Amino acid sequence: MKKAPFDHVLDWSGRILLTLILGFVMLPFVVVFIASFNDSAILSFPPKSWSFRWYANVFEYRDFRKGLVNSLKIAGIGATLALLAGAGFAYVLNRYEFKFKSVLNGVLMSPLVIPNFTIGLGLLILSAAASLPRSIWLVVAVHVIIVLPFVVRSVYVSLQNFETRYEQAAESLGATPTRVLMTITLPLLLPGLVSGGLFAAILSFNEFTASLFVVNQRTQTLPVAMYNYVREYADPTLAAVSVIYVAMVAVILLIVHKLFRLEKVLNVE
Amino acid sequence: MSSENAPNTPPKTCEVPAVQIDGVSKSFSGTVALEPVWLKIRKGEFLTLLGPSGCGKTTLLNLIAGFLEADKGELFINGELVTQVPPHQREIGIVFQNYALFPHMTVAQNIAYGLRTRRVPKVETADRVREALALVKLEGFAGRRPRQLSGGQQQRVALARALVIRPRVLLLDEPFSALDRNLRTAMQVELKEIQSRLGLTTVFVTHDQSEALSMSDRIAVMSRGRIRQIGTPPDIYDRPQSHFVSNFVGDANMFQATLKEKTGTLVQLDVGGTRLTLDTYQDELPEPGQVTLFARPEQCHLTKAGQPGTIPATVALSVYQGSYAEVHLDCLAAETGRVMQRVPASEAPEEGTAVGIALPASGPAIYDLQGSFS
Repeated sequence: MKKAPFDHVLDWSGRILLTLILGFVMLPFVVVFIASFNDSAILSFPPKSWSFRWYANVFEYRDFRKGLVNSLKIAGIGATLALLAGAGFAYVLNRYEFKFKSVLNGVLMSPLVIPNFTIGLGLLILSAAASLPRSIWLVVAVHVIIVLPFVVRSVYVSLQNFETRYEQAAESLGATPTRVLMTITLPLLLPGLVSGGLFAAILSFNEFTASLFVVNQRTQTLPVAMYNYVREYADPTLAAVSVIYVAMVAVILLIVHKLFRLEKVLNVE
Repeated sequence: MSSENAPNTPPKTCEVPAVQIDGVSKSFSGTVALEPVWLKIRKGEFLTLLGPSGCGKTTLLNLIAGFLEADKGELFINGELVTQVPPHQREIGIVFQNYALFPHMTVAQNIAYGLRTRRVPKVETADRVREALALVKLEGFAGRRPRQLSGGQQQRVALARALVIRPRVLLLDEPFSALDRNLRTAMQVELKEIQSRLGLTTVFVTHDQSEALSMSDRIAVMSRGRIRQIGTPPDIYDRPQSHFVSNFVGDANMFQATLKEKTGTLVQLDVGGTRLTLDTYQDELPEPGQVTLFARPEQCHLTKAGQPGTIPATVALSVYQGSYAEVHLDCLAAETGRVMQRVPASEAPEEGTAVGIALPASGPAIYDLQGSFS
């Protein structure tokens, strides 16, 4: 059947709209990507001449190197701790009935409501009052609090979708509760755990507001280092950092995808 | 009254049963899932728990397996008290409806799981896995993953996994409901063969009455948390003791009737003006008054209208079924206004034909109007 002209108009306007929306979503990155190759020392757009020198600058600038190492450390340790605690809490919330379940759930979810700067400020005051050193562990603590709700949710959802018949089958075959956990529950929950951990690591890696309160020169994270840099210089180095940043996260996701198939990890299957 | 027909009272003891359930009951947050049940399952017996969903059959199965803890009562396996024993020490094999094969393990690893938990030596494990695969005719599938198998093959693996540990009791939780019809029949025959060859005590949960009738040594018909009747398949099908059992197992034609007189098992009835004398098989008969008369379609036959001793009816619809036709009849005396008879397809009467329904002198039963028993 031949399409009416009006159908063609709808068809094409739909496609154009879709392209525009996708373009709009991608626009910030496209602009930054182009700007990172600008030879000029001012963040102007579009560039008139091209260069890689800002990429070199990223690796030469000490604060960025240090910040990157700090950020990776904090994200790694923080995500691991949040995953351990969050998975435990999610398991308890999913499997047991108890009096203060809704209270526990509320406390675990509360960082979603409390702004990041409040959490940062709170720990800053606390550490000052207790005269704790402003070490990297303070930053880790802040990050754990911030990412915990996301980890709990993520693991909780995979536990909800988990078929308890697997555990019952294993039990009937003579497996002790510990053995069931180690050979059945954990391996089958692995995608959910990886997704929770990954989510936590990326959130922690991106975190800026709360970190700003609790870092010092030594412990500053990459986003804080970037913020400090932009207050002093206005050259395209930051654009180069952004590109490297996006590339790194993409590589991590790619590796996870190769290992676990991302659809499964992100629970979108 | 024989103990067969009194499932809710404790029967007398003789040899050690494979499974003994003594007054076990279970409620979930105030809702009764299972009223106190007494039941003994003989060694090597194939016992079916049959009933609609929510009747408590799965609850009873989970109690035997140990996945649920009984509120009251005691449970014995081979004479040993297991009420407090956790599932992993009960030595019970289970096949679930969705098979619950471990997706991250191969077929061989699935089957070997129960042997590894028992620390069976490697060589023996390999032998027993091979034997189990041969038993369910899946040689050559050892290295496959569960998702690479068809439904029937998955079920065989689940069966092999449950049997390889030489369980004291095999529990089957609706294992055929995910299979299509042809495969289902084939698997039923195969399972029944394996079960009787190994002399396995088996508890089978199903809502499918034809499965129950074809496979069981005994059937326990359940509804609303109680065992309504327990007996051999012919006991259940030919001599149902209640309205519920008559209706749930097989087809039932139900009529409104008045019980005039009873002498022993002989009863005088008035069915919509037709006077009938029947010899019933029941242990307990209702008091004279309004009752429900039950007869299987195959016990009755259709006659010309107006024959003495027949219940008048009119043909509403004939449904062709190949070898036979289902004749649906409008009948004033019927409980729901309709009854059904099967006749050879060539003899199906026209719609609107007035006919009579003739009942046999023995075979039918009468129940209290409420439809309840005991």
